[in-house]
Amino acid sequence: MAPHARKFGSLPPTGGAHVSLGRPGGDMTMPNRAPFIIRFFTAMPKTGWLGLSAFAALALVLLPALHLLVPEGNPLHVSGYVITVGGKIMCYAIVAVAMDLIWGYAGILSLGHGLFFALGGYCFGQYLMRQIGHDGAYHADLPDFMVFLDWKSLPWYWVGSDSFAFALIKVLVLPALVALIFGFFAFRSRIKGVYFSIITQALTFAAMLLFFRNETGFGGNNGFTDFKRILGYGITTPGMRVTLFGLSAVALMLTLLLGRYLTTSKFGRVLTAIRDAESRVMFIGYNPLHYKLAIWTLSAMLCGIAGALYVPQVGIINPGEMSAANSIEIAIWVAVGGRATLIGPVIGAAVVNLSKSFFTQAFPDYWLFFLGALFVAVTLWLPDGVVGLWRKLRGSKA
Amino acid sequence: MQNRRNFIKVTAITAALAAAGLTSFSALAADTIKVGILHSLSGTMAISETALKETALMTIDEINAKGGVMGKKLEPVVVDPASNWPLFAEKARQLISQDKVAVVFGCWTSVSRKSVNPVFKELNGLLFYPVQYEGEELEKNVFYTGAAPNQQAIPAVEYLMSKDGGSAKRWVLLGTDYVYPRTTNKILRAFLKAKGVADADIMEEYTPFGHSDYQTIIAKIKKFAGEGKKTAVVSTINGDSNVPFYKELGNAGLKATDVPVVAFSVGEEELRGVDTKPLVGHLAAWNYFESIKNPENTAFIKLYKDWAKKKNLPNADTVVTNDPMEATYIGIHMWAQAVEKAKSTDTDKVIAAMAGQKFKAPDGFEIEMDPKNHHLHKPVFIGEVKADGQFNVVWKTKGPIKAQPWSPYIPGNDKKKDEPDTK
Amino acid sequence: MKHVLVALILACLTLCASAALDPLLVRQLAAEDSDEKIAAIEALAKSGDPEAVAILKQLDEGTLKDEQGEDITINNRVRGKIAEAMAALRLFDPDKGARLVAVKELLANIDPGMAPMLAKAREHEGEPSIKALLDQAYALATIRAADPAARLAAVKALATSGDANVRTLLLDYYWNKTAEPDLAIRRAAFASYLEVQQRIEIADLVGKVFSGLSLGSILLLAALGLAITYGVMGVINMAHGELLMIGAYATYAMQGLFRAHLPGYVDWYVLAAVPVAFFAAATVGILLERTVIRRLYGRPLETLLATWGLSLILIQAARVFFGAQNVEVANPTWMSGGIEVLPSIVLPLNRIVIIGFSLFVLSLVWVLMNKTRVGLFVRAVTQNRPMAGCVGVPTSRVDTLAFGLGAGIAGLGGVALSQIANVGPDMGQGYIVDSFLVVVVGGVGQLAGAVWAALGLGVIAKFLEGWTGAVIAKIAVLVFVIIFIQKRPQGIFALKGRFVEN
Repeated sequence: MAPHARKFGSLPPTGGAHVSLGRPGGDMTMPNRAPFIIRFFTAMPKTGWLGLSAFAALALVLLPALHLLVPEGNPLHVSGYVITVGGKIMCYAIVAVAMDLIWGYAGILSLGHGLFFALGGYCFGQYLMRQIGHDGAYHADLPDFMVFLDWKSLPWYWVGSDSFAFALIKVLVLPALVALIFGFFAFRSRIKGVYFSIITQALTFAAMLLFFRNETGFGGNNGFTDFKRILGYGITTPGMRVTLFGLSAVALMLTLLLGRYLTTSKFGRVLTAIRDAESRVMFIGYNPLHYKLAIWTLSAMLCGIAGALYVPQVGIINPGEMSAANSIEIAIWVAVGGRATLIGPVIGAAVVNLSKSFFTQAFPDYWLFFLGALFVAVTLWLPDGVVGLWRKLRGSKA
Repeated sequence: MQNRRNFIKVTAITAALAAAGLTSFSALAADTIKVGILHSLSGTMAISETALKETALMTIDEINAKGGVMGKKLEPVVVDPASNWPLFAEKARQLISQDKVAVVFGCWTSVSRKSVNPVFKELNGLLFYPVQYEGEELEKNVFYTGAAPNQQAIPAVEYLMSKDGGSAKRWVLLGTDYVYPRTTNKILRAFLKAKGVADADIMEEYTPFGHSDYQTIIAKIKKFAGEGKKTAVVSTINGDSNVPFYKELGNAGLKATDVPVVAFSVGEEELRGVDTKPLVGHLAAWNYFESIKNPENTAFIKLYKDWAKKKNLPNADTVVTNDPMEATYIGIHMWAQAVEKAKSTDTDKVIAAMAGQKFKAPDGFEIEMDPKNHHLHKPVFIGEVKADGQFNVVWKTKGPIKAQPWSPYIPGNDKKKDEPDTK
Repeated sequence: MKHVLVALILACLTLCASAALDPLLVRQLAAEDSDEKIAAIEALAKSGDPEAVAILKQLDEGTLKDEQGEDITINNRVRGKIAEAMAALRLFDPDKGARLVAVKELLANIDPGMAPMLAKAREHEGEPSIKALLDQAYALATIRAADPAARLAAVKALATSGDANVRTLLLDYYWNKTAEPDLAIRRAAFASYLEVQQRIEIADLVGKVFSGLSLGSILLLAALGLAITYGVMGVINMAHGELLMIGAYATYAMQGLFRAHLPGYVDWYVLAAVPVAFFAAATVGILLERTVIRRLYGRPLETLLATWGLSLILIQAARVFFGAQNVEVANPTWMSGGIEVLPSIVLPLNRIVIIGFSLFVLSLVWVLMNKTRVGLFVRAVTQNRPMAGCVGVPTSRVDTLAFGLGAGIAGLGGVALSQIANVGPDMGQGYIVDSFLVVVVGGVGQLAGAVWAALGLGVIAKFLEGWTGAVIAKIAVLVFVIIFIQKRPQGIFALKGRFVEN
């Protein structure tokens, strides 16, 4: 292992490390640190705020208004399709940023982020299933698939699933808990690099098989679908759609702010140090376990939130979300956009998914060639992704 | 510090890309009727679904060659939902709301249908679903041209219970663990119980998706069959696992004369991937076999073989036709007839015109769309595998039988209405 | 029901004295009703006429035609009756093999009426193995005889059986007081039952171990190539499954070639496919290495993404060239069927051959790695790349060779897979997770590790599966691997040496 272990750490010098220099949030020598909330919001520079504001105006005002107020048929009308796809991509973007926090900044490649995403989705999906009430195919108290399995009462892990608040708590806690337990053992045993990637893949695969089982109690292969309402409001109404879209946008912006804060803080710099030379960090006296575990758990939690927002928008959650391919794809979004930058993963998620949407219709028989070629080309010629290319172009002009 | 400034620019680029990606496909011509085709061309289901895409394109071509529908040509819009269930919903929404298709032909797996159902309901679209399925569903916006359990599973089991089928007394219900096998087996278990089969004489066994090692299962079947009385296996194993299953079956020496296996998901297309010589005599139940002899079927087979040659499909010289392909063919023709009748592609008008629609199908019968329950009345055939990969029809119903989407063998279904809820 | 009595076109019959056969009976074979067909078959078989055998054989194979020239179709029931009837005729066949098949066929459906015939056959039989089976058959036919001595003899004779049906029968015999009032005979039946039971249990165990070894050998073939490339270069090759696929399609192509041009030697296409698959996959592997992977050395996690892209391209290419459907690869006759250890346990020949094949590939790799100069280089680079480079090992060329070798072995794995599973564009995807697990559990760059890991995982999976069902067994194996890695992060056999991580 040793000759190669070096290579895992030696990422090309990218934004993460040098952007963080001189940011106030991470300055240890400051005698009186500003309150957290101030540090949280000041971590984002002015231009970043400009960008966020523009994004907020677009996602929270302009698109919803064009969807709700402009009548269908008008060329300015934004269709429900655009809103759902946009919402879906923003959820993916949150996952991509979460992945970037551990891969780009901490050098841990997880091939199991689909698991946390799906767990969040399933937690919220349980609530959505209970909200169907008696409107299912069997008009019964229990969700349809349980009626079908001849179950007479809810299993213990469905207790409280009709409470919205409890669903939200589960969305936040459950993926984090799974990540915490798994991460604790994995990082304590100092499993790293490719080994870590592969056991996360094994974990996700095992979870997928478990959820595929009908007896597990999560609807088997069909998963959860045919949702009717949230908090009593119809899920297919334009208002609800726009609300979910807006919430996804807000979640994405908060994720970016949090990412910015973390990566520019002392915590973030220790992480990058672990990424680049874990042993040295240990020799200095830090325990990498705590840092890795913290960012790993946080990343899982973000995925859970994204999953919970994703499910009501696409209308289905099933074990397919935990397939190995989906988790690999998350890593690909990050790579395409640019690792160790925060905007990169967002761009990556958008570019890959939009090109998928486009190719699957324009060249249904050949789109995998384009997609495959895109991945190869990006890794070969754009090691820093789209953002890296952008930097290079700007650098050569200047 | 470039990173920060990039933020705004990149956000703008993303938005522009989004706009470009989403709006580039809007309706263009108005003198054609757009028809959506929603079958996976990549991913795990491509094995089965690509043939349906070809059948749909072929049928559309056939209709266009005869002048189209209401004097307009049909224009197929093919998309690839890539065996990804959320993507099915997204693509369905795209077809209906962006491309403004009049109807969608598509889906194979139950989960893909469940995924798109809410979309069709919300946007009042029209879906034709061509595959045998578990029932327990009746959507206003969907027409089911494949078999319901009473049009496939129950006749097959009845046949195996009969003298000619070998008077089976013990039953192995074997399937992939998903909703179609689960429901089918639930119905069959209730049916067998009603026929006096004891619980101890039924073995239910499920394998995960893509399972490829059937040694243990075959050993279990042998053990079960060794406990006396004639045993039959009812297989609802999903497409991809069938090759390893049948290879193991052939090599382990379980002959059809000892333990017959009747399958509901194995047709001519699936058998193309297997050496069928050791499998002679094992059974399949369908509403259509390529080996059925009648003028419609001969024409249908020729049509598809010519199409395969013309389009230069891989292995064009050995293409076969199967049940879901026939169901696709019937569905498209019936839809075209209904549009002619309704003189409109409006969903509600077409749904009304579909009721009682008749079509002379390749299965040799003039089959009818039920006036109410959105399912076809279909004949049932039971075929034995022949050495050449075709089926030898050994039993068939006298005529088409009506579908029971709500199986009477599932408790509570007796209260169900045999037509979609209209609210 | 209308009788369709049609004259048969029987070219072969007209040559000989067909008068010996009742033409009405022959016509009756074309009846639509199975009962009539069966009556005709039984009557024909009783005649003992060789012509009858020929006709029945044709009927069984589906080549017999009626007056309209249409094939006469038969169903399983009729097919079973034909087999029975033919078996009864062949019990006195001069050929040993034919007699053996006949007895086995009869054993499944014994009725008391056969006793005189079986007794006669038993006297004539010289071959001990066939005679033993005949003894059992005779016992089965006379187990309800009126004479208690005959019953006792029958019950005792059945102790030598290994058939699960016989086991059930003996147990029922013991419990059924009304049918067998004699306690001594019932006790003897129970003693025989215990013997049969023990034999079947041993056979079950053998079967389980065998299926575990078989699964292990398949995992090994799928993972061996990966173990080499991953060991040497630290490259996670997500396109490894597609190299398996290339091997399998190469086998398919060879089968097609043999069928078209060498129909007489079709059975040997697998042997020809071995080198072809190896070189096809190796060529693709070397191409991938030279064009893509080479440029990504030092960035192993990114190789993962690039090779994922390559795998998508290869899958789609297979779809475009060979179609999305699975293609048919038939077992050659020498790999079809199985060896019957006991009636309940048949070890399939294709699996036995694959276990042997994996041993062959393994020894090949072992020789290559341990007895050749290239192997020495590969091991050197695996253990310490910079040092190997310093002492003059051409590391870059070794990389290409090792990757080609790994890919070639994956191709060989594909040949094996084509004999038991699907051959289709997606086939490789199913093996990726499993192969990685084998490599990780075994330890990087360790052939012995990969062998132990593959066999261990295979046997564990199969034993669990018998107990918990396939889904839970698979989950349990995955969880086991995750826990195992916690304990031994470097796999079963970690490379020994003094390394500082990072």
